[in-house]
Amino acid sequence: MSVAASKSRYQSEEFAARLRRRYAAEQRFKLAGMLAVTLASIMLVVLLGSIVSKGYTAFLQTKMRLEVTIDPALAQERNYMAMLRQALYAQVPEITDRASRRSLNELLSSGAPYELEAMVSKNPSLIGTKQTVWVRADDEVDQFAKGAISRDVPESERRLNDIKIKAIDTLTAQGAISTGFNTTLFTAGDSREPEQAGIWGAIVGSFLTLVVTMLLSVPIGVAAAVYLEEFAPKNRWTDLIEVNINNLAAVPSIIFGLLGLAVFLGFFGLPRSAPVVGGLVMALMTLPVIIIASRVALKSVPPSIREAALGIGASPLQTVTHHVLPLALPGILTGTIIGMSRALGETAPLLMIGMVAFIVDIPGGFTDSATVLPVQIFMWADSPERAFTERTSAAIMVLLGFLILMNGLAVFLRKKFERRW
Amino acid sequence: MSVQTQIPAGAAMTRSASAGGPPIKMVARDVKVYYGAKQALKGINLEIQENRVMALIGPSGCGKSTFLRCLNRMNDTIENCRVEGLIALDGEDVYGKNIDAVQLRARVGMVFQKPNPFPKSIYDNIAYGPRIHGMATHRDEVDEIVTKSLERAGLWNEVKDRLREPGTGLSGGQQQRLCIARAIAVSPEVILMDEPCSALDPIATAHIEELIDELRENYTIVIVTHNMQQAARVSQKTAFFHLGDMVECDDTEEIFTNPRDERTQGYITGRYG
Repeated sequence: MSVAASKSRYQSEEFAARLRRRYAAEQRFKLAGMLAVTLASIMLVVLLGSIVSKGYTAFLQTKMRLEVTIDPALAQERNYMAMLRQALYAQVPEITDRASRRSLNELLSSGAPYELEAMVSKNPSLIGTKQTVWVRADDEVDQFAKGAISRDVPESERRLNDIKIKAIDTLTAQGAISTGFNTTLFTAGDSREPEQAGIWGAIVGSFLTLVVTMLLSVPIGVAAAVYLEEFAPKNRWTDLIEVNINNLAAVPSIIFGLLGLAVFLGFFGLPRSAPVVGGLVMALMTLPVIIIASRVALKSVPPSIREAALGIGASPLQTVTHHVLPLALPGILTGTIIGMSRALGETAPLLMIGMVAFIVDIPGGFTDSATVLPVQIFMWADSPERAFTERTSAAIMVLLGFLILMNGLAVFLRKKFERRW
Repeated sequence: MSVQTQIPAGAAMTRSASAGGPPIKMVARDVKVYYGAKQALKGINLEIQENRVMALIGPSGCGKSTFLRCLNRMNDTIENCRVEGLIALDGEDVYGKNIDAVQLRARVGMVFQKPNPFPKSIYDNIAYGPRIHGMATHRDEVDEIVTKSLERAGLWNEVKDRLREPGTGLSGGQQQRLCIARAIAVSPEVILMDEPCSALDPIATAHIEELIDELRENYTIVIVTHNMQQAARVSQKTAFFHLGDMVECDDTEEIFTNPRDERTQGYITGRYG
């Protein structure tokens, strides 16, 4: 090639073709990236869509209006179910035989008498009067009202028999069936009856567990990270510790559960199903995450800041507490929140320490029996009742809401306090 | 603090050697520094006179910054770094039992190559040192130190209206003067400067050089520089370092006009380095 030709090498046809190939490769790369993002988005939409479409009905609950005579004799016996039944029979007069009335009884939630009893005990002057009350309907009535049970299915394969449907039709015609916001879902603990089951117990359990987790793992994790990053000599031992911390971060969570079972329950004899034990186990699980995140945050503080502080006579501890730690705090906080949201979504280790039990009461303290939100989801997903399917999805939505809130907070904090040097 | 402990034999010798001139502030005797197995300094002997500017020049990697960082024990923070020999401040071994590294760094301040203000307000940048050393307890005392330090660093007029704004928002030259103000706020006796102008433009550099000349009245200054004109302009004494050795140290005029060693001559005439 002559000198003149080599000079114009960047204007040659060959080079132009080469340039086109380079741009084409770039285009392909971009396309692949967009495809990946689109696929991920579609999957997310499908996931969320299926959860929301299945679960939104759980936020509604069907109620029945009954004209109840609060009979003093029955009130004395605290037989409020009988009062409700009499009211129901009166409102559906066409059903009279015993067998059919037994079907009719099943339209009422087994929790309905307690609502009435609570009302009367709050206001005893109601005894002997006739009251209009709205009580929860049984979950099957609820499902029928929401259209989940079709009347076109032959009776033998239907959860509601013809008598019940007829009664519901009568009640609907009277305007005595109505669907409203399901407050029970957010105020009650678990129950075998879907219409009485709520996630409040699980939310409180999750909260108590996370409090214990945070109180333990944040101070210990940050202190460990500061020591390893700022003070510890770099030698074989610290290398070994680092490898082990990274390893622990990858250990399956169920193993932490087994450890908790053996150590906290077996050796220390702490109560089973208690948030304090759940929190301890979660703290063990979250510690490596917090240590790693904190170390990265500390590492990203430029050494010039340390030199500046040391250079005017700050002690090493002052250098860390006055300068390095405050600058690393946003990163540490982000890591902590992500660790916490991981702990909030964790199920497996809690199964091992008995937090999978059926617990109706709202936990009042760290040693009360409790369950947590993801475990509640796990248990409801196992229940055969149709109404639990939608409640499972609703609980998932609530859990996702909390996770989005926490992760959003992490992103917000990072953006807000991000510093550039 | 008792200053007058035994001056080691070597240090005493130098004092008598330079009798007549200003008193010796710092002395280095046979200072050897190792980074792991690698030797960075091969036995440095140097005297630093009070209220004078000493310039350390030499090609990159010759150990002048390493030596500078020995003077206030900043090398302590570097893993694997080992210092041998004697470095004395006012006749006291800085690596000895009587001097603590934290105390030493308050007496021997440092200004770094890259301006490194704390990401805090201008005020807090200056006030931090006096606060941790308990030099000022009341607000007005702190205010006074901040004002004085900024005035001395020639920055007061530029920043007096925005003391609460972050120090990182200043220009490079202003940041470096802020760092100098921060260093003098704790009233050190010696100020070490590690290429303080290498990241600055010529105007900012001129500013800092003027400042160094003024600071000489009250402080002893040791400055590392790659810029030979700068060394000639600001210093009274110059030491030429080469491959971990201190080749020669003399009055600045002498070094630049009549170097004894041919390596020095080669370097200052620009034949290598």
